[in-house]
Amino acid sequence: MSGPQITMDAGDQAVLKLGGDLTLAHAVDLQNQIASLPAAPKMLDLAGVERIDTVGAWLVHCLARDNDARIQGASDEAERLIEQVSVADEPVKIRPDRTPPFLRVLGEVGDATMQAGRTLLGLLGFFGAVVVASWHLMRNPRRFRINAVVSQFEAVGVTALAIVGLMSFLIGIVIGQQGAVQLRQFGAEVFTINLIGRITLRELGVLMTAIMVAGRSGSAFAAQIGSMKLAEEVDAMRIIGVSPMEALVMPRVIAAVFLMPLLGFYSSLVAIVGGGIFCWISLDIPPITFIQRIREVVPVTDMWVGLLKAPVFGLIIAMAGCFQGMLVEGNAEDVGRRTTASVVQAIFLVIVLDAFFAVFFTSIGWD
Amino acid sequence: MAQAQDVIIKVEDLSNSFGDQKVHEHLSIEVHRGEILGVVGGSGTGKSVLMRSIIGLQHPESGSVEVFGEPMIDRDENEAKWVRKRWGVLFQGGALFSTLTVAENVQVPLREYYPELAPQLLDEIAAYKVAMSGLGIEAGPKYPSELSGGMRKRAGLARALALDPELLFLDEPTAGLDPIGAANFDTLIKELKETLGLTVFLITHDLDTLYAICDRVAVLADRKVVAVGTIPELLALDHPWITEYFKGPRGRAAADAADREDAAHVEARG
Repeated sequence: MSGPQITMDAGDQAVLKLGGDLTLAHAVDLQNQIASLPAAPKMLDLAGVERIDTVGAWLVHCLARDNDARIQGASDEAERLIEQVSVADEPVKIRPDRTPPFLRVLGEVGDATMQAGRTLLGLLGFFGAVVVASWHLMRNPRRFRINAVVSQFEAVGVTALAIVGLMSFLIGIVIGQQGAVQLRQFGAEVFTINLIGRITLRELGVLMTAIMVAGRSGSAFAAQIGSMKLAEEVDAMRIIGVSPMEALVMPRVIAAVFLMPLLGFYSSLVAIVGGGIFCWISLDIPPITFIQRIREVVPVTDMWVGLLKAPVFGLIIAMAGCFQGMLVEGNAEDVGRRTTASVVQAIFLVIVLDAFFAVFFTSIGWD
Repeated sequence: MAQAQDVIIKVEDLSNSFGDQKVHEHLSIEVHRGEILGVVGGSGTGKSVLMRSIIGLQHPESGSVEVFGEPMIDRDENEAKWVRKRWGVLFQGGALFSTLTVAENVQVPLREYYPELAPQLLDEIAAYKVAMSGLGIEAGPKYPSELSGGMRKRAGLARALALDPELLFLDEPTAGLDPIGAANFDTLIKELKETLGLTVFLITHDLDTLYAICDRVAVLADRKVVAVGTIPELLALDHPWITEYFKGPRGRAAADAADREDAAHVEARG
């Protein structure tokens, strides 16, 4: 393997002799040598070329084109390659035209706003479709797909018990521990029990469960329905006369709406157990005392606050998942994007609604 | 095609299996310099697995693979890299990087192996490779999601040719193309092979492609290569699958088409 050698014939002819390897590996060397030529060549002599590839041919072609030079002494192979690249010498652009940054930002803000509006409108429409489908199901209970619902119950509820339980247990401990540290400053460690009991039943049990379910099941809804959409399964259902709303969406919505309260309540209980164990070990409050205090300080309305919110959260999670899944179009990339969108949307809406619920329940006196 | 039998790919005694299912058992095959070797076989006979074993994406259970005389199995990653840059691979769907434009896709291997290249030369190389692959000049700045299936394959081919490889692997290049697009693709591959002196390992289901451009055809069946040869040589064999493949209604139609094509060429020249 030898590098490219080029020598300029100093005569009037301005013959440039090229030799050695004119290949991609030596392209930079060759380019530098060409750039440092003293004068424009009129004739290119390729007789000394040992190896040439399309990159070498391209550089020779450019040299000939820019200087209006003729090529001589090329081997068959070199001639073929130069011919090939000269045919392919077309003004191909590499990158799309760039818009000025200010305009681009403006455009993106506009697009995002429109997109958000459209999504909200679409979600509202989807809610309508869910209501209509529920009405149809109530009038024709025989169309109710019990098997699909049961399998969704398993996917959303049963298989979530372990992870939700572990999460809640740890959250109970964290609340207990952090609460105790703060309350100790006032000598009011015993109020840690109030903190644990009330905050888990009212807020954290259901909220953390909703976030977990959105991440576990809402995303799964979007991905499942999305990939069915891609494989044209959803279209096939419609053609056969099966309503995708009834077959795919309703079982998932029902499962989420019924299981969210159960999971939320379970989560609250486990968190209280976690907090109780922390109080026992760390604050020397025996379990009996802990339970008795919980019964005294936690009003039953706290449980209702949690339980009433839960089905609404479930509905939102299932709807966001199914809605985004139904919107999948085109390619597998879209499934990923829609799945992410469904989780973000579900958690965002859950937290917004939770704020409304907090204000509402306080104002009706359930504080 | 009895050139000096310069062996580019040599696979010996290759065995592959997934779980209980054996895909290859003691499979051997050779690819010679300057030929287009077509690999055919029924669905699930492991054509793609064979290609993936050769290019090192699938670790075989046993056997040896040599490319350009270099052993490829259990090769140190840094050494394998220098062999890899001498071949190009076109995956079935094109496998373009979705965040880059077509031209930038072509530049990826160039940037990886030759970071010293000037940006302007990179752009020029990408531009003529795109044009050479038969993509229009407007395709350069497009993203893969904006391309049709056929254009994606051409863009994938442009990227496979980026480093001026000596060896090209094509996985079902004409699958999913309309007949006109498929015929154009065949012509393109044949032209590129002739001008660039490529050796081509071509997996296909397309009988027209076999007749039009393949020098030799290898038939995969019963977990090994049952026969290799030109189509007439294969037809002379008495293997049930080969007979059914080439003499079935589609095989006959493709053969007739190839004959007519040849006759047309002869007429045009005469």
